[in-house]
Amino acid sequence: MLDWLKSPILTFQEFVTLAGRASLNVFRRPFYGQDLFLQMDTIGVGSLPITVLIGFFSGVIMALQMSRALSQYGATGQVGQITAITLVREMGPVLTALLIAGRNASGIASELGSMKVSEQIDAMRALGTDPVKKLVTPRLLAMCVTLPLLTIIADFVGIVGGYIVAVPLLRLTTGSQYWNNAWRSLEYNDIAQGLIKPLLFAFIIALVGCLYGMRTSGGTQGVGRATTQAVVVASVWIFVITALITRIFVNL
Amino acid sequence: MARNEAKERRCILKFEDVSLQFDQADPVLDKVSFEIWSGETRIILGAAGSGKTVMMKIALGLLKASSGRVSVMGQDVTNFDERQWYEVRSHIGVLFQEGGLFDSLTIEENVAYPLLNQARFMTDGKKPTLDTVRPDVQEALNFVELGNTLNKFPSELSGGMRRRVGIARGSVADPDLFLYDSPTAGLDPITANTIIALLIKDREMRNTTAAIITHRFQDGHLLANFRYNPEKDRLERLPANSPLRERTKFMVMKEGRLVFEGPEAELDASVDPYISKFSMHPAQNPERKVS
Repeated sequence: MLDWLKSPILTFQEFVTLAGRASLNVFRRPFYGQDLFLQMDTIGVGSLPITVLIGFFSGVIMALQMSRALSQYGATGQVGQITAITLVREMGPVLTALLIAGRNASGIASELGSMKVSEQIDAMRALGTDPVKKLVTPRLLAMCVTLPLLTIIADFVGIVGGYIVAVPLLRLTTGSQYWNNAWRSLEYNDIAQGLIKPLLFAFIIALVGCLYGMRTSGGTQGVGRATTQAVVVASVWIFVITALITRIFVNL
Repeated sequence: MARNEAKERRCILKFEDVSLQFDQADPVLDKVSFEIWSGETRIILGAAGSGKTVMMKIALGLLKASSGRVSVMGQDVTNFDERQWYEVRSHIGVLFQEGGLFDSLTIEENVAYPLLNQARFMTDGKKPTLDTVRPDVQEALNFVELGNTLNKFPSELSGGMRRRVGIARGSVADPDLFLYDSPTAGLDPITANTIIALLIKDREMRNTTAAIITHRFQDGHLLANFRYNPEKDRLERLPANSPLRERTKFMVMKEGRLVFEGPEAELDASVDPYISKFSMHPAQNPERKVS
């Protein structure tokens, strides 16, 4: 039993240490601004098309599903409200985070993993630079800046997708009613949890990717293993965290 | 050579009873003690797994010794943490076994890496740019005769060229100590000799203190007996009584222990069957042909 628990606890300890070192490095010189912008470009701009696509279709699906349920109660006018709330509170942050976990946690883990197995991380240390500062901190910062922005975009595009289904396609409601409903239904509580979630997810995705990459061992096979683990672990934590935060905000 | 005189003789690297042991296994390094002084060239010989690379990693702080003391440039670094090590490491040049180049950076960016990223080259927290360090990078690459490869990627170069780039990257920041891990391993004899000639040239031009891990006795022999003549741009044999011969010393490692330390003449004279395997005298150890 103890042995069985040892490895996850050690991993968690490593995670906390890495999180601490990477966060402290944000305030320590030297700063690697160029690496930061490069990462923001890869993570943010690179993920934009797929985020828009997924956001759009989640809105479309939401409106389609709701069209039947709401018509049973004769409340089709509420479709804007429902789409906006589900997207902003839950679907937008979680779907975007899962997408970015699949796309970037794997990318980070495999990049750092290959560097580890080809001794480039050691070379970096030997050349007098801190790999945590040079590799982890820019990725963490870039992720924390871009994931909330991507989530906002996904939310918006999703509401537009819901509009397209609800108004021109199924004629459930009028355009002005849809937007009015969507806009008025959102409270500070919804916006707050919709923005805190991506920030925490960003932290998890970037650090899990970096952690599994940096502790890769066992050649190319190890790189593959690290990549898979990073995506699985990051995805699981996204769900755990979202459940916890929702629990807190439900009571507020 | 002006730098040569300005620098007084000082102890660059010192190991005192350094041991390294993982768990309950046999020690990887067993009470190793030695000193390397400025201007010296140290050839570290030994079979595979005898602890040569581990020793280098300890000198760089990439591994921590289980016991004993390590000093680098007069500073006791035994209990340094990772952050303190970055400053120490920025004064040491390294060539890794396979070159250790960053494969996603161009040759120019690779060589510029120490200048662009080490804290000691920053003024007011600002990094120098690639343009400002380009002359230094070009000079370092010209030195290894790869001045026209600036925009290539490491994968486009041959193994010997990659190692030469590694030498350029290691020396671009003008280190006080240069550690070479098997600079000639896996190379054909001609390329291997080119690399050693570069090391000799580097030693002459910059007066670098160097430790060279190798398992080819020819490498040590070349380093001990030749010097670079900048006027004729070629190597020439040192006269038998030249004091310059003194600066090259040999060390032989066996199963984590240091079993020999001394000049080439002593190495050649050794009758120990293991040590004489690494010497130049075939007559004394006819069994070398089969081993």
